[in-house]
Amino acid sequence: MKAKIVITPKKAVLDPQGKTVQAALEQMGYEGVSDVHVGKYLEVDLEGDDAEAWKPKIEEACHKLFSNPVIEDYNFTIE
Amino acid sequence: MHFSVLQFPGSNCDQDCVHVLSGVLGQQADYLWHKEESLGNTDAVVVPGGFSYGDYLRTGSIAQFSPVMKEVKKFADAGGLVIGICNGFQILCETGLLPGALVRNRSLQFRCEHVYLKVPSQNSPFTREIGMEKVMRVPIAHGEGCYFADDDTLSKLKTNDQILFQYSSPDGEITDLSNPNGSLLNIAGICNESRNVCGMMPHPERASESVLGEEDGVKIFEGMTLHFQGAPRRIEQDSAA
Repeated sequence: MKAKIVITPKKAVLDPQGKTVQAALEQMGYEGVSDVHVGKYLEVDLEGDDAEAWKPKIEEACHKLFSNPVIEDYNFTIE
Repeated sequence: MHFSVLQFPGSNCDQDCVHVLSGVLGQQADYLWHKEESLGNTDAVVVPGGFSYGDYLRTGSIAQFSPVMKEVKKFADAGGLVIGICNGFQILCETGLLPGALVRNRSLQFRCEHVYLKVPSQNSPFTREIGMEKVMRVPIAHGEGCYFADDDTLSKLKTNDQILFQYSSPDGEITDLSNPNGSLLNIAGICNESRNVCGMMPHPERASESVLGEEDGVKIFEGMTLHFQGAPRRIEQDSAA
């Protein structure tokens, strides 16, 4: 079983990486890209098959370690 | 006065701090490995610059869980003096001892240069020896020094006089041009509400000796020492003289 965690910068936080990637896309000729945000993706291997039991633990780890709630949002799935 | 300078895997300004505290300021300064579970008879803690844990995940994110940081939190909560410099500032924010966070520089560049700092508040152990009109010249060296906090936090910082250092022009003007990393309100350093914990991105330990071209930085450590000793402000005596 795996927890798949996606962390993205909060909208209010300056994201120069996202802006730079967006500019590159425009330079490549892609039209209609309105915004880009660069975040992180983590995969955490978990023992057992009880996803519900893992959920609060992963939630806590997201809050305390994987992300900084001041500057980042997160979401995850366990599958 | 006994300073403890923390050492994490990847700290690299620890020796500079010990050199300034003991060699220049004449105080006792010892290294404290991050696995330690006691601060001993420490009077003040320095969280030095560097790249603790290789900056993995987020700057300062792993270091906050080192055993010694539990003790630093207790020490700070009890009123002990703590200063975090560069990566140390990032660690103190991650730990929650200071509000806000440091994110990637607006330019995406690692900036290594001298900057000018205005010191808007002298009301702290860290800035008490720096004159009102003084503009400090201190080096920075960071890739993630852009200070961010939400609007509520920023207004609290202003109301409580917690902004201690702001990037400025040489004559003390707060301008966008003098902001090297995109920090909100040009913030280079802050303190907590109780004013015993300070974090700053610039490196005062690299600007504390005339041989290095700048000595302004030592006033920060001197202020901590005099505060701890209960000594009156020297700066007031100077201006009266």
